[in-house]
Amino acid sequence: MTPKTLFDKIWDSHVVRTIEGGSDVLYIDQHFIHEVTSPQAFDGLRARGIPVFRPAKTLATADHNIPTIDQDLPIKDELSRNQVETLNENCKKFGIEYFSLNHPNNGIVHVIGPELGYTLPGTTIVCGDSHTSTHGAFGTIAFGIGTSEVEMVLASQCILQNKPKKIRITVNGELQKGVTPKDIILHIISQMSSGGATGYFVEYAGSAIEALSMEGRMTVCNMSIEMGARGGLIATDLTTFEYLNNIPSLANRPDFKSLLLSWRNLKTDEGASFDREVVFDAGIIKPMITYGTNPGMGMAIDEVIPRINNDREGAVTLAKALDYMGFRPDMKLPGHQVDYVFLGSCTNGRIEDLRAFAHFVKGKKKAPEVTALIVPGSKRVEQQAIDEGLDKILSEAGFELRQPGCSSCLAMNEDRIPAGKYAVSTSNRNFEGRQGPGSRTLLASPLTAAAAAITGKITDPRDLLNN
Amino acid sequence: MPKLKFDILESTCIPLPLENIDTDQIIPARFLSATSREGFGENLFRDWRYDTSGNKNDAFILNNQNYKGTVLVAGKNFGCGSSREHAVWALTDYGFRAVVSSFFADIFKNNSLNNGLLPVVVPEEFLNDLLEIIQREPETRIRIDLDKQLFSVLPPGESVEFEINPYKKKCLLKGLDDIDYLLSIREIIAGYEFRNKLKRCESK
Ligand code: SF4
Repeated sequence: MTPKTLFDKIWDSHVVRTIEGGSDVLYIDQHFIHEVTSPQAFDGLRARGIPVFRPAKTLATADHNIPTIDQDLPIKDELSRNQVETLNENCKKFGIEYFSLNHPNNGIVHVIGPELGYTLPGTTIVCGDSHTSTHGAFGTIAFGIGTSEVEMVLASQCILQNKPKKIRITVNGELQKGVTPKDIILHIISQMSSGGATGYFVEYAGSAIEALSMEGRMTVCNMSIEMGARGGLIATDLTTFEYLNNIPSLANRPDFKSLLLSWRNLKTDEGASFDREVVFDAGIIKPMITYGTNPGMGMAIDEVIPRINNDREGAVTLAKALDYMGFRPDMKLPGHQVDYVFLGSCTNGRIEDLRAFAHFVKGKKKAPEVTALIVPGSKRVEQQAIDEGLDKILSEAGFELRQPGCSSCLAMNEDRIPAGKYAVSTSNRNFEGRQGPGSRTLLASPLTAAAAAITGKITDPRDLLNN
Repeated sequence: MPKLKFDILESTCIPLPLENIDTDQIIPARFLSATSREGFGENLFRDWRYDTSGNKNDAFILNNQNYKGTVLVAGKNFGCGSSREHAVWALTDYGFRAVVSSFFADIFKNNSLNNGLLPVVVPEEFLNDLLEIIQREPETRIRIDLDKQLFSVLPPGESVEFEINPYKKKCLLKGLDDIDYLLSIREIIAGYEFRNKLKRCESK
């Protein structure tokens, strides 16, 4: 048999049929929905007078448009409240499982899917959210879709898709101290550029990827979309199986053993070919930070901001970005003032991220001029942080743990960064105004965020680790 | 929801010569709380069109009376970032029928095609020339012929062919949508599910 990539194995086994022009009718095993991108899809079903085809294969959560304090009180903003209530009503009416605000399983869609055992190897997963790629860490084909496609999945459990091309990104070697999975992916994106993998689906491989925990792998897969890729996946291995084995609802399933067996071969065959191959050395990656207004505009924290070369493409875009950020070419960022720090999001809102941040700030004090938003990715993460005493460590250092949600990652709620202010953020997008109109976002790892929160300035986390 | 049809379009263009324009710029997140598809045009490019106090930003192209039309011409990687279909709804609600660029982000492209907004992919050099021409001469008209897959600058200026998935082309020309098609094959989908269940039982 011809050797196949992991991506091809999963994709091909989910093609119901191929239609004219080469589009595939792709079967979706698991569909996640949230309040922002689903209401118009349910309206579509109502307009056609049709039910949800397979309600058991869709799971709903409220995460994007919710407050991160006083979640037991009614949502203040009327439009937001209406949107969350609409999701509630739609789920009731169409028979969809829903983890509403305050439910112990509530949280950011890409955090709860994996932790509750809904994300299973070898499956296809979609959600009306571009960071659905997160689930690829479990050897799944997971990608974001638009609302019309959400309606298609609700109506038929399928969508029409053209098969993307395949790229393998191999990261070999060992990470230096103070360098995290977030730095790996920011480094990759800075080299690939924000559109560099458009049209491709990524497989991440190599010893540095294999050495990552599931949380770390999710961080890497999460940001695949930021280089334009539809998604990114990683072959299953012992790390995957151990993680899944620790989810009681899964491990107690009578068919868990046979599922485990079926997941063993979820890897790319030796000799399978990719449309593109790129290799990186983990050993040279340093703590990363972005200086511009897309995630491709990133550099090692000790580098200088690039010059604007008018003969090169992108000069206008770079000039506009630096103007927006209030930065200049040739500038070094360490020492620059920071007003806000955000730890959270589906990129870095998991327990490992909270642990890393808490251990870093332990025994230190938050800089008084910094406002910090520490937002767990889910109720379960919040509970675990409390169980592990991370909330105490944080509060002794001057930080307060908020309630879960997307929060300042997209600032649909009140967690907005004011115009002109600088935020070191562990989220995934530094677009203009992403964290609030006029906000200036610098993407970085939880450690770099912690270092900024302590010093009030952009700081290489390694400088504080060595002391 | 009736889909917009698309066949031939003649129009002047609005140039936006920036790369990597993301959907957060097209429609900022704080306007996504609506539960219908209408009205997003008002906030299209909100933070570029207006300053933080709500005053019109005269320097922005949509506020420049010299430039009008239903075709937006933008730098490469248009529509990257968030999957929000609201970005497409904002563009169509504002009146755009086509966007021209040298490449589009994947999800944005699908969302456009699902809403009758035609993403026209042209070679990078052609795009740069086109941007220059329309910036210099705002009255320049273009013609998009979907059936012939031809984009032309009028009067007979340069033309380029563009690619489009033949199935999607048919849908746009006839105003059909994917859901009609998927609903028509639900039995085949159920058959796929059944075969899969059997396979899983066998492998146990
Ligand atoms: S945390 Fe941010 S990126 Fe993740 S799902 Fe929420 S809004 Fe999207």
